Amino acid sequence: MTVYRFAVNGAATEVDVPGMRRLLDVLREELALTGTKEGCGEGECGACTVLLDGAPVDSCLVPVCQVDGADVRTVEGLAGSGPAASSGPGTPPGPPVLDALQAAFLETGGAQCGICTPGMLMSARAYLDAGGGPDEDAIRGAIAGNLCRCTGYTKIIDAIALAARDRIGGMA
Amino acid sequence: MTIRTESPGAIVIQPGTIVPGRARGVAPLRREGPAKLTGAAKYADDLVFPGAWYGLTIRSTDAHATFTALDLDPVFDWSKVVVVTAADIPGDNIVSSIKSDQPILVPVGGEIQHHAEPLVLIAAPDRETLRAARRHARIGTDPLPAVFDPLVSDHEFARYSIGAGDVDAAFAAADLILEGEYRVGHQEQLYIENNAMIAVPRDDGGVTVHGSLQCPYYVHAALKRGLALTDEQAQVVQAETGGGFGGKEEFPSVIGLHAALLAGKAGRPVRMIYDRHEDIAATTKRHPAIVRHRTGVTRGGRLVAQDIEVIMDGGAYCTLTPVVLSRGALHAGGPYRCPNVRIRARATRTNTPPNGAFRGFGAPQTEFAAETHLNRIAEALAISPLEIRRRNVYVPGDATPTGQILRDSVAGEEVLERAAEASEFERLRTRLGSARTGRDGSGTIPGSALRTGVERVASGIGLALAWHGAGFTGSGEVHIGSVASIELTAAGAIRVLTASTEMGQGTKTIFPQLVSETLGVPFDDVEVADADTAFVPNSGPTVASRTAMVVGGLLIQAAVRLRAEVEAATGGRFADTYRAYASAHGPLRIDQRFEPYPGVAFDDATYTGDAYPAFGWAACVARVDVDLDTGEVHVLDVVAADDIGRVIHPVLAEGQVEGGTLQAIGYATVEEIKLRDGRYLNDRLATYIIPTALDAPRISTILVEAPFGSVPHGAKGVGELPMDVGAPAVIAAIADATGVWINDLPASPERILAAMANLTAVAGLRPGASEPGAA
Repeated sequence: MTVYRFAVNGAATEVDVPGMRRLLDVLREELALTGTKEGCGEGECGACTVLLDGAPVDSCLVPVCQVDGADVRTVEGLAGSGPAASSGPGTPPGPPVLDALQAAFLETGGAQCGICTPGMLMSARAYLDAGGGPDEDAIRGAIAGNLCRCTGYTKIIDAIALAARDRIGGMA
Repeated sequence: MTIRTESPGAIVIQPGTIVPGRARGVAPLRREGPAKLTGAAKYADDLVFPGAWYGLTIRSTDAHATFTALDLDPVFDWSKVVVVTAADIPGDNIVSSIKSDQPILVPVGGEIQHHAEPLVLIAAPDRETLRAARRHARIGTDPLPAVFDPLVSDHEFARYSIGAGDVDAAFAAADLILEGEYRVGHQEQLYIENNAMIAVPRDDGGVTVHGSLQCPYYVHAALKRGLALTDEQAQVVQAETGGGFGGKEEFPSVIGLHAALLAGKAGRPVRMIYDRHEDIAATTKRHPAIVRHRTGVTRGGRLVAQDIEVIMDGGAYCTLTPVVLSRGALHAGGPYRCPNVRIRARATRTNTPPNGAFRGFGAPQTEFAAETHLNRIAEALAISPLEIRRRNVYVPGDATPTGQILRDSVAGEEVLERAAEASEFERLRTRLGSARTGRDGSGTIPGSALRTGVERVASGIGLALAWHGAGFTGSGEVHIGSVASIELTAAGAIRVLTASTEMGQGTKTIFPQLVSETLGVPFDDVEVADADTAFVPNSGPTVASRTAMVVGGLLIQAAVRLRAEVEAATGGRFADTYRAYASAHGPLRIDQRFEPYPGVAFDDATYTGDAYPAFGWAACVARVDVDLDTGEVHVLDVVAADDIGRVIHPVLAEGQVEGGTLQAIGYATVEEIKLRDGRYLNDRLATYIIPTALDAPRISTILVEAPFGSVPHGAKGVGELPMDVGAPAVIAAIADATGVWINDLPASPERILAAMANLTAVAGLRPGASEPGAA
């Protein structure tokens, strides 16, 4: 086993695991970050999407040895929390304060059963962070790797467009 | 887009009357939404049980065989693991369901009935040991001849016959008789969370099972029977559930039993978490069906005779097949007045994995056939698809084939007109039709009159209409006798107690919404108890779109009683006095048991009477582009008009329509299970395809309200309705674009190209699959 060091949601993290262990399993089982879900284990559904140095990846396809020194962001890192709590793994979270994207999902009905939601949020976060706007076709492309079986995608697209408009409005 | 209307058949609400569930002001946000959005929600595989072992299932690789031997290689140290066979089952080796035909595990010496059938279970402290144990266990079998074609099977699970009028005489007098055969294959529910259960042994010798499931009391009954437990010894707790769509209706009993058997033998918690491959390979699918129509019409397009035969493939065990078949048969004629009807339906056994519940529950199969057939009749008579429906759709006072008189809450006409109007159906159909006739047919597809030198893409628009019986079929609700409860705790909390599960559709939001409106308290003041059989009454399974209508209705009745009791004691308004009441009098619990809806009666023996207390109605218009060189279909946009009685929560209701519509579009275009020798070939997410965001059209929803008068809030349910109507609308649009009817779902590029070329040589891999265009 080897020690791998990387940042998870801004917190320095160290794990001693076989290098070919999936990032998904390291997050869920070593770091107790179970917000990241497994839907297929073969990179088809996107439920396990996390951001690796800002880019969305299927964490079921990423061996942890590739993450050494990287910056990993998961759904647990999206919401802010009460002022007393930090966002590091293992720290008791304060009451969650949804970020604009999560709030938009809640408002438009973008989450139903919720199992695709963490991955969907991470793909959408990457899209918005890259400057993506409210254009429907562009949003569809950004989440094309994330399967949802509940919503028909309409309200997910509405949510991401709403968050994009809010951000544009906020900057104006 | 939401348009809510009062239909002609609507109940008149007196001014000032509070109708619980009527969306007023801003609808509340999804109750468990923040937990799902932050990753805090705990699904089964997120639950931690210290010391838990991992379990797996050894499955058959034969479709039909004798299980001759289990060989455990002595090289492996078997003391490190536990192995469970049928001999370890303390109770009946039966998965409790309608018939007692499915074993929990096939015993050595017993008969394997399908590929991927559970034979042996193993649990180990870690995954590596588990895999090593699996490698050292060998299964011996003696193959037996297998049956894959439901038409040649001699074993029937169920048979129904429904009839009205004199069909033969009516055919003799009809102006036109059209026949057709329609086929649909398996469809996978494809919830994104796979089936998962964790069993924890209890000190009293029983077991607690935590898992992903729709129906806690189904699993509870299965545990009691298979493990010989008392009510108290079997406890079932729903974890957050990542989608169900029927796929977690009856199957969780199987995986729950397996986890419990392993936990019992290991004496510690055991996790049974399926991966996607196992979930697709081994769990239930939508029943394949063959539906044959023979229909007599007048020149004016009025239906005078329908003769319909339905054959469903039940797979190897009965599961819920008789009920699926029943619903399929009852909806087989479509929502149309026809005085002379004969519907014969049967479901047979094949050596394929058992089929079971999936959103729509038999109706999507038969309504695809009915709608496609009606569209072909309209084409044969040169009547518009909209006009032929106007002439035949049920109106109040009409009788269904079971003799049910449709008295109120009849909104077929309204959903039809709303969808046609919003989609500009007639205008677009005329325009696309002229474009089609303008083509010179010089293209590359042999036999296709459509492809021209310059135009590769053909556009089309299609319409379909459907009905969906609300709640259980026939006397099902009376037999179940559900109970829903509201508790005012000693601490002054108001808590909803039901076994109705949240799986994304919004149970945990609409229940407190209905109760808080009735009690006159804020939404946030009403809690919802976890679906845990140790604490909640059996409010019935979370199926059949019955949760909002039936259980929601019971909760309103319970809230009315709670409010009256508290207000009688305190003399003040409930909202102002209930906390004081609780501290003075202690807790108060109201249990509300289902009472039959007045005037609703069904005779199971003769299949006559009120098959459903009410029907939901749905119309769908789809626009497609078809690539004439590749056969690819792009569904551009869809208008869905759904009458759901009353809209409790517009955002959640629209979400049901949008999601159900996309599942129906997947059914129509891409979703197909291929089989070889009774094994699913495409049993992975890389090969079983569902629509992505790029495949999905923009879906516009119109919610129509024709309330059901026998429940206080008028709601009829919304989950399944959109699943019935999307596929035939897409198939009609493809026909409008290309001139060919795809009678065998899905309308894959291969089938479309073959149909356009009038080829009959597209290999049908599923049992008895017909060739495209063969009808």
